[in-house]
Amino acid sequence: MRFVDEFRDADKAHALAAKIAALCEPGRQYKLMEVCGGHTHTIYKHGLEDYLPESVTLVHGPGCPVCVIPMGRVDDAIHLASQPDVIMTSFGDMMRVPGSGGSFFDANAEGTNIKMVYSPLDSLKLARQNPDKQVVFMAIGFETTAPSTAMTMIRAAAEGLTNFSVFCNHVTIVPAIKAILDSPDLRLDGFLGPGHVSTVIGCRPYEFIARQYGKPVVVAGFEPLDILQSIYMLMLQLSQGRAEVENQYSRVVPWNGNPVALKAIGETMALRPYFEWRGLGFISHSALQVKEKYAAMDAERVFSVPGVRVADPKACQCGEVLKGVLKPWECKVFGTACTPETPIGTCMVSPEGACAAYYNFGRMNRTRVAEATGTARS
Amino acid sequence: MSRSWIDEALAESEQSSEGLAAEGRRQLPLADREQQVLDRIDRARRRRPKVREERVTMSHGAGGKATHTLIEAVFLGAFRNPLLEPLEDAAQLAVGGARIAFTTDSYVVSPLFFPGGDIGDLAVNGTVNDLAVSGARPLYLSAGFILEEGFPVADLQRITGSMKAAAAAAGVHVVTGDTKVVQKGKADGCYINTAGVGVLERDVVLGVAHAQAGDAIVVSGPIGDHGITIMLARGELDIEADITSDTAPLNGLVAGLLGAVPGVRAMRDATRGGVATILNEIAKAADVGVLVHEDDIPVRDEVRGASELLGIDPMYVACEGRLVAVVPGADADRAVAALRAHPLGEQAAVIGHVRAEQPGIVQIKTQFGGTRIVDLLVGDPLPRIC
Repeated sequence: MRFVDEFRDADKAHALAAKIAALCEPGRQYKLMEVCGGHTHTIYKHGLEDYLPESVTLVHGPGCPVCVIPMGRVDDAIHLASQPDVIMTSFGDMMRVPGSGGSFFDANAEGTNIKMVYSPLDSLKLARQNPDKQVVFMAIGFETTAPSTAMTMIRAAAEGLTNFSVFCNHVTIVPAIKAILDSPDLRLDGFLGPGHVSTVIGCRPYEFIARQYGKPVVVAGFEPLDILQSIYMLMLQLSQGRAEVENQYSRVVPWNGNPVALKAIGETMALRPYFEWRGLGFISHSALQVKEKYAAMDAERVFSVPGVRVADPKACQCGEVLKGVLKPWECKVFGTACTPETPIGTCMVSPEGACAAYYNFGRMNRTRVAEATGTARS
Repeated sequence: MSRSWIDEALAESEQSSEGLAAEGRRQLPLADREQQVLDRIDRARRRRPKVREERVTMSHGAGGKATHTLIEAVFLGAFRNPLLEPLEDAAQLAVGGARIAFTTDSYVVSPLFFPGGDIGDLAVNGTVNDLAVSGARPLYLSAGFILEEGFPVADLQRITGSMKAAAAAAGVHVVTGDTKVVQKGKADGCYINTAGVGVLERDVVLGVAHAQAGDAIVVSGPIGDHGITIMLARGELDIEADITSDTAPLNGLVAGLLGAVPGVRAMRDATRGGVATILNEIAKAADVGVLVHEDDIPVRDEVRGASELLGIDPMYVACEGRLVAVVPGADADRAVAALRAHPLGEQAAVIGHVRAEQPGIVQIKTQFGGTRIVDLLVGDPLPRIC
């Protein structure tokens, strides 16, 4: 299939694996963080770690939109959905995320009407079809999905719809990366930058990582060869002692981002002073809320939201996993109490979550390909 | 929500590190610590499942882990007997000297009519196939209808017309039935239940528990056609593709396969949960490992394309006219040739093998050249597929 198979070519992968292995300095360990959950998913789904030398470790980052939603926000959403005449819409990934009293699926079994949609525009369609109902869209995601929420609000305003609102949980990636860089318990050598976020914000926002922290960043695509090539580019920078922002995903990511999308976000949303991230705690200026101008479409203002902070279950170590301090299997409840069917933590829910990816795809003894161990060269 | 299982797991986690000082555990090589965790997970997965939800959710109908848990904890818990316990597609019983296979299935597909068929085709073919893959010659079906007040009679006639044609094609008869009507809004148009009996004429005992290391795993054709067709037919996705459901009776295909390879160990028709679910059933029931090769699994380009766009894996997408067979390794080529000799099996292929390593786990060698696990599906990508 065109545009897919080219990026999954095993011969090219073997060649890249040999080049990566050749760049490893003997005795040195490399820890590279893939920021984005989409990368985590690809890495496990295609068994990409088979191609990496033992000395190169991929650390899974916080860029999984579902994983960073704190329990309290799930409870708030279910509270909104329980209001009379409310239809709530949500991306499928959110449906199984546990709040303190259960997930959206559990809430539906109790009588709420939370519908899965593929796009916020589907919520708008529902609002038009059900003028006697209030349709609330559960907006989640980084800068990747924020523009589509923004465009939907702009269109709803243009159509004069009065029964559509947004429960805004959009977050921004840079403050989270900064929180990880400032975290004392983790030493990283470089970053695979989030490709989809970067289509919107561009590559410039990562320059501080190279300049202030001296770590290389390569903005990476989502096919397995994209990621392998990006790892090679990071290893090359490290071997040459460089720390720069490079763009592997240039076929999609413009260096300066997408001004139209950024304008739509700016029109409808503003930075929150602070927002709670699951496992990471409160991070200032790390999330978006609906602007005053669109207050009539802000579910938090249209309805009352309890906004109660719910502490994560004691056993849950999602925070450490999201920061990359723990590997998924190092969490005490991983795979026993916390499984994809009965998740305790968010990382076990989303297909982009590190725990779910490892549990579903990676729970086995790995054999590295010959090139990765360097034996192919000898 | 009960938290007791969390405490249990924490206790076990503590226990597993007993005898090793906390620091000692830290010093264990990383790979050994990971293996320790993997062993613990393996034990947890072999425990008798418990239903933790207080109410039935859509996941319980998805054919994945939640469905298995519900069946084993609730239904098997209530009805357990030696005939039910293998949880095969049909029960095999002896009545007055004859061996028969008996099965039932309900159909709630939405939409009722879709490219390549309708709920009537499914209701006949699905039950015929459950009998066929049990090694039986399907004979008689029952048909129960639950109709919603206001349902067009013309649609009902169209459905029964399809059932008549499908029954004729499969060589079975609908010999008993039932009709119920519920108030508008209490059902969605038309639901059908069919049960079927067939006669077991061959001296073969099929079952996924018979799979052995060295066996080959064969599929009878491209996978995922039905599921993707239904998803696109709902018109919610703005994707168009030239693809139709693969609904078909498999009894002819099965007869050809059993004739050529009498030593077939097991067959399943790959409906809800797709091929991945069957592979997991094999691995679990026979306590063997399964390794398949992504490159060898036949998938139509249209199905692959739609799956890529939707972020789903064709391995989990339902078929309604495909079977997975486990055959002794030495018979693999003969099995493929026998399947290919039938119009429904033209693209049959060996997709992998049964092995002794990593019992209970299904692994796939990806097109990219890496390896990963193929687990039972969690959650419900696609409700009401059949």
